[in-house]
Formats: sequence, structure tokens, C-alpha cells
Amino acid sequence: MSAKSTQKLAKIFIWGSGAITVLILFLIIGYVLARGLPGLSLSFLFTAPRGGLSGEGGISTAIVTTIYLVILTIAILILPGIGAAIYLVEYARDNWLTRIIRYGVDTLAGVPSIVFGLFGFVIFVTALHFSFSILSGALTLVCLLLPTLIRTAEEAIKAVPRSHREAALALGSTKWQAIWHVVLPAALPGIVTGIILCIGRILGETACLYVTMGGSSAMPTSLLSGGRTLALHLFYLATDTNAMSKAMTTAAVLIIVILVINTIINWISHRFQARMLGGA
Amino acid sequence: MDPKIETKHVNFYYGSVHCLNDVTLHIKEHEITALIGPSGCGKSTFLRTLNRMNDIIPGTRIEGEVLLDKQNIYERGVDVVELRKRVGMVFQQPNPFPKSIFENIAFGPKRLGLSHKLNLDEVVEKSLRAAALWGEVKDNLHKSALALSGGQQQRLCIARVLAVEPEVILMDEPCSALDPASTLKIEELMQDLTKNYTIVIVTHNMLQAARVSEWTGFFLLGEMIEYGKTVDIFSRPKDKRTEDYITGRFG
Repeated sequence: MSAKSTQKLAKIFIWGSGAITVLILFLIIGYVLARGLPGLSLSFLFTAPRGGLSGEGGISTAIVTTIYLVILTIAILILPGIGAAIYLVEYARDNWLTRIIRYGVDTLAGVPSIVFGLFGFVIFVTALHFSFSILSGALTLVCLLLPTLIRTAEEAIKAVPRSHREAALALGSTKWQAIWHVVLPAALPGIVTGIILCIGRILGETACLYVTMGGSSAMPTSLLSGGRTLALHLFYLATDTNAMSKAMTTAAVLIIVILVINTIINWISHRFQARMLGGA
Repeated sequence: MDPKIETKHVNFYYGSVHCLNDVTLHIKEHEITALIGPSGCGKSTFLRTLNRMNDIIPGTRIEGEVLLDKQNIYERGVDVVELRKRVGMVFQQPNPFPKSIFENIAFGPKRLGLSHKLNLDEVVEKSLRAAALWGEVKDNLHKSALALSGGQQQRLCIARVLAVEPEVILMDEPCSALDPASTLKIEELMQDLTKNYTIVIVTHNMLQAARVSEWTGFFLLGEMIEYGKTVDIFSRPKDKRTEDYITGRFG
């Protein structure tokens, strides 16, 4: 085959792969939105699910539980996640200890979430007496997501050129000042991407929350209340009831929430970067 | 007059590689000293020993003494941060922070905790004037430094160092990424700066060394072959290797 025709073939193949990916994405989102949006109303958003076989009611408590869980999980996750990434890139020497840490992080990233769920059930729900609660769910998610955040933040921090660090140090700043005022701002977009990935995982996770949050449809009153997130509610609707249209509407809400959160966080990150860069 | 910086028998190792071999020299105050030599001769490594910039590279080791105003900077208990405040550095590639012009200049004073004592606006203006950049950027102080040209970025980096008011400025091939016009500006600037600062410049451009410096040291394979007045080095080199290098026979 001539070079020209292989080039053509490769082009067709690559375009085709791209087109198929986009098509599948739009098919799923389009299908869910088309079937779900007609059932969407303010009362659906603001009434609690009534439970039972018919899946009566709305999703208000699931929305509130989801918000609590996302905020709590990210709040606990952010410091150790970014801190560990800074340690691995800026402080750790390449020795057996850091190699073990990296190996552990990589391995953990590949462990199925239900395994974390089981761990969370044994440790947080049972041993620490947090019972089925948002707290147990959040702590379990922190374990699940730490590897993801550490690796993405690590890549972002590594990508900051060494010349920036050298410039800061040569101006008489301490190592920490160089990290805080130069490296982290420059790495922020990458770190934010990692956090968005984590939020996406929290919103979508069911298995490990199933065994750590119980799944009560009541409104949570504290972090020690049990509850169900939107995804978990969706799971219950789809398996325990015959309210498929409600499941679709919930799914549509979930997709919209993810889109909105991504947009907001990207906007904040861009604003921050613009400020760092000056008016340009 | 006592030398500003004096190195005594400096040996430097990168892992098991012996990069600098027994380098001893004096650097005079308020004069420009140029270090020349072919790529990989150790001149940049030597420059970086003068403000302990090599400390941040793992697996390196230094022997010997580097005296700044007669005090050994490698002695136990020396504050490296304080040292780097006194001995600033300009790098080969212009490396402004991805921040505004103003924030780049204010970075040093702010980190040193001087912002409450000084008027930052004044510091920024003074530093940019001293680096001959004020006229070009005074209306755009809050624009990104990355929008400047390469030559302007390098003068910004010099201004950024001046804002910290060091005593010595180390320049590691500061013009190698610049066009001839920008290079000329920086060379003129260096002459002005000798009123207040001691400058050590590493360059692979021999003409530049001849143009700007008072003193020249020739490095080859980690050794300092010859050191003396720039006029002497370029007109009457004592060592055959120096002569070969400056007449363009190698390197």
C-alpha cells in the first residue's frame, strides 16, 4: 500500500473513532434528557421521595444528601490529596519509601470501589460507630479518591517548569514560598481538573455508598444521618420500583448537575488564573 | 581591596562525575567578571555554587570554600535564603513568573516581608528604571509578563533581581536566547549596574566577555585554566589552551 493510501486510511479510521465516541456520548445524554426532562418540574425537585414500589415523590432529599456528601468529601480530601502530591514532587527523594508510596497509590487507583465500600463498612460504619451515614460515605470516598487526586495533582505540579522554582529561590524566597506563590498557582488548572474528576466520581458512585450510607430516603439532619445520593436513588428507582420515568428524570438531573458543577469550577479557575496573569 | 567573592579549591561532584576541579579565584567588587569556556566546561555549575543554587539538585556534593565577604557560605548555620537575597541570579532562559509585570518585580520584596516597610509602587518603578525597562512597560504594569518580548522578559528578570537589592548578581548566559539588539541593551545595562553591584556573567560568547568584563576566567573540562584581566586574556593569553579557544580553534 502506498504512503498516500495508508495516510488516507489512518485519517478515516481516526475520524471514525472520534465520530463514534461523540455519537455514543450524545446518544446517551440525548436519550436520558429526552426521556427524563418531560418529568422534570419544580415539585419533582422539591418533594421528598415517598419510597415504595411505585417510586412516588421527588428527589429533594437526594439532592441535599448529594450536596452534603460532595462538600464533605472534597473538604476532607483536598488537603491530604494536594499535600501528598506536593510531598511526592517537591520533597520526597527517589528512594524505596517513595517508590512504595507511588506503587501503593497506583494500585489503589485500580481497586474496584466496592472493595473500598467493604473497607468503609468495616472501619467507619462498624468499628468507629459512624453507622450508615454521610460521614461514613464521605470517609470511604476519600479513601477511594485519594489516589486519583494525588496522581492528577502530582502531574500538574510536575508540569510547572523548574525554572520558575529556581527563579523564586534565587530571589531569596524559601522553598515553601516558592511552592505556595509560584508552583501551586501555576499548577492550579491541573489540580482543579483533578478535583472535577473526583466530584464526577462522587456523583456517580453507587456501590461503595450502598454499603456505607444505608440509603434512607429521609432528609439528612446531620452528617451522621444516613441517606441516598442522586445516583443511589437512581439505583433504587431502577431496581426496586417500576418508576422508570422517575429514574430517567433523576438521571437527567444528575447529568445537568455534573455539567453545571464543571462549568462553575472551570469558570472560577479561569478567573483565578486571569488574576494571577494580570489583566492580559 | 578585598575580593567580594573568593573561592578556594572548589571541587564539585554530580553523582560520581567530577564536574569542577580545584577552582580558586577572586571576584572584585563593583566589577564584571566573565567566565568563558566551551559547553560542558563547568562554568555554569561554578556560577551556581556562588549562591548555592546547586543545593536543589539531588546527588550533588561540593568541597572547598566559597567566601562572600570573607565568610564561607557553605559553613554550617549559613542561611541559604539570606545568602540568595545577597547573591541574586539571572538565568539563561528568561523565566518571568506567569503573573503581571508588577507582581514579578514585587515578588522578592513581598516574600522577604518588606512590603509593609517599602512602597511597592516605588520599588517597582525604581527597579524597572534601573533595568531600562520602565519606559516600555509603565502603562502596562498589570499586564501579564509573558506578553513581553524575550529581551524585555530578560530585563524584567534583571529588574526582579534588583528589587531585592542584592550585592552580587550572577548571570548565566543571560543573552543566549536573545537577538543582537536586546543583547546590546543588556550589555549596556550591565555597565550601569556595576556602580552598585558586583556582576559575574557566564557566557559562551567570547566577544561579549571581551566587551563587557573587566576580568575573565577560562574554564575547560571542569578546570579553571586561566584567570586575569580581560585585556590580558584576550591579547596575551599565557596558556596554550586559552589561546586555542579564543582564537576559535575549538569549542
